Amino acid sequence: MDITRRRLLILLPAAAVAWKYVQAGTPEAAPNYKMTEHWWSMLIDIPKCIGCGSCVRACAEENDVPEGYYRTWIERYHVADWKIERPDVTSPDGGKQGFPPNEIGGKNFFVPKLCNHCADSPCTQVCPVGATFVSPDGVVLVDKSYCLGCRYCVQACPYGCRFINPKTSTAEKCTLCYHRITKGLTTACCEVCPTGARQLADLKNPKDPIHEFLRTHTVQVLKPHMATGAKVFYNGMDGSVR
Amino acid sequence: MFKDIEHLVRLAAVIAIALIAFVTLRALVVPHSFGQYGHYRGDAIAEIAARPVAFAGHDTCEVCHTDVVEQKKQGKHVVVPCEACHGAQAKHADDPASLKPPKLDTAVVCTRCHEANSAKPKGFPQVATAEHSGGLACDTCHQPHRPKIETAAETKPATEGKK
Repeated sequence: MDITRRRLLILLPAAAVAWKYVQAGTPEAAPNYKMTEHWWSMLIDIPKCIGCGSCVRACAEENDVPEGYYRTWIERYHVADWKIERPDVTSPDGGKQGFPPNEIGGKNFFVPKLCNHCADSPCTQVCPVGATFVSPDGVVLVDKSYCLGCRYCVQACPYGCRFINPKTSTAEKCTLCYHRITKGLTTACCEVCPTGARQLADLKNPKDPIHEFLRTHTVQVLKPHMATGAKVFYNGMDGSVR
Repeated sequence: MFKDIEHLVRLAAVIAIALIAFVTLRALVVPHSFGQYGHYRGDAIAEIAARPVAFAGHDTCEVCHTDVVEQKKQGKHVVVPCEACHGAQAKHADDPASLKPPKLDTAVVCTRCHEANSAKPKGFPQVATAEHSGGLACDTCHQPHRPKIETAAETKPATEGKK
């Protein structure tokens, strides 16, 4: 085939597109960690939570969370008698310093909250630039060098788990301590939980005790009607929890 | 067949140049790893994973502090990880000699968990510190790693399990 000017002009753009894929290359493999072998989630055992705030403090320290913002927080629920639909929820400083003594009747319990790392997350779907995404191992992350700070994702999250970092003006959220779990450690919040109320779980690992736990317990996710594919499982959660 | 195709060739050339310019610019502007795993920058995953660790993890602590592990095994605090009370110690683990963790004020640390609160699980040991100790440091009476105060008759051999 002779290369005429016309053929060359047709071939050049095609070659440019092909070259782009050549440049992208193969993914750089992290040592001993394969993203495709994990599907991260968390188990929260509400009857074990004592509201000490260790998780909130540890998260802030591990991830440099700005004062007054929370990637994880604890809510104290007070349900008076039959008012299941109108619980009284408090979370002073996100529960960071624990909760003041409070001897009142009715039903009282703590609910730790964090990003649910939804498999079908609403927050990643609204990002106009591809700065937030579900990683191949099931963690919802923010690429802060790509984020514009438009706040769409903050509004889209039905669980209120995102905020705009006042220093960087970019969206921030729980990373499920991605820098820890990829090194074989557990998350900072799970590491310091004194009662084991929080447990990191890998749904792709058949040996993970989560499978046995999910089979044998009454487990719920937050706002299941929103079909977000939430992966933070709550054991013993009262119907009043929102 | 086509007598005056020159204007068509020019048009084709203009379109081709525009296309090449677009593809070239796009290749320059869009990061190379964009689209590697999905509609995002693939390198972002490695960047997020590169963050240094602040909490060493109790497995790291237990390599050196075997005496504390033995103490904890004798009490209910066996389930409490080191850094729940002592705070983030990855820096200490990296350089144990020069970076010593500060001594804890038990009057503050213990109450975070054990101050009475109606929302805490009923089986969890709780005290109203004002009545229980009047603000006295908890380690005046309790040994934090093995907090149950045992009378001489109750003291069991070290091999015994919890409580």
